[in-house]
Amino acid sequence: MPIEVNGKSFETDEEGYLANINDWEPGVAEVMSKEDDLDLTDEHWDIINYLREYYEEYQIAPAVRVLTKAVGKKFGKDKGNSKYLYGLFPYGPAKQACRYAGLPKPTGCV
Amino acid sequence: MSETIKKFLYLNRKAPYGTIYAWESLEVVLIGAAFDQDVSLAFVDDGVYQLIKDQDTKGIGMKNFSPTYTALGDYEVKKVFVEKESLEERGLTLDDLQHLVWEDEDDDWAEKDSIELVSREEMTALMEDAEVVFSF
Repeated sequence: MPIEVNGKSFETDEEGYLANINDWEPGVAEVMSKEDDLDLTDEHWDIINYLREYYEEYQIAPAVRVLTKAVGKKFGKDKGNSKYLYGLFPYGPAKQACRYAGLPKPTGCV
Repeated sequence: MSETIKKFLYLNRKAPYGTIYAWESLEVVLIGAAFDQDVSLAFVDDGVYQLIKDQDTKGIGMKNFSPTYTALGDYEVKKVFVEKESLEERGLTLDDLQHLVWEDEDDDWAEKDSIELVSREEMTALMEDAEVVFSF
């Protein structure tokens, strides 16, 4: 089902992930998070932007374990744990944050 | 967590884009990395082409997944064996391959090389030593 962002229509797959990663703009994350009743803070954006950088460099979405370690290294040890990430993204950092970031569903994520 | 750690060897024999094998293998490696096994990757025959640097897939309209190999270190995959003879038979050297590293947590996150060149004979020994071999 396509989603509407600022008057534009974005194609998504059956699980709500953006069909084309290059279509992404920040408004996509805003609209998706509103549907989940979540307000995006700077901390959320740190993760979303980091995921996009990671995908740009490696062409995959990181596994939760890899993301956790990387976040700890980049944003501070207190943030490098799954409690922090699940606090931000209750549906799971890999699934929910990747979806907001316009990335495909992470490999091996059920 | 399982107590049993097995030696897994992922054997890559095919060039990256003509078939789906290379990408499938890489995906299985990344998924399997969550299971804390003793993982080695081996590249022989045309499989060595998977690690060539500066790949450009624009002309064939496929996603260039070669950058993903550089993520292997983050997934704790530290042992990447490349067969020397396979490189030589194709006029290639180690310098033609991507530089793959992993970070050693116990050594102040020093970057260490993942790729090790081995002879055909050593490769045979690696295969014999492995408990599980996935051939792609």
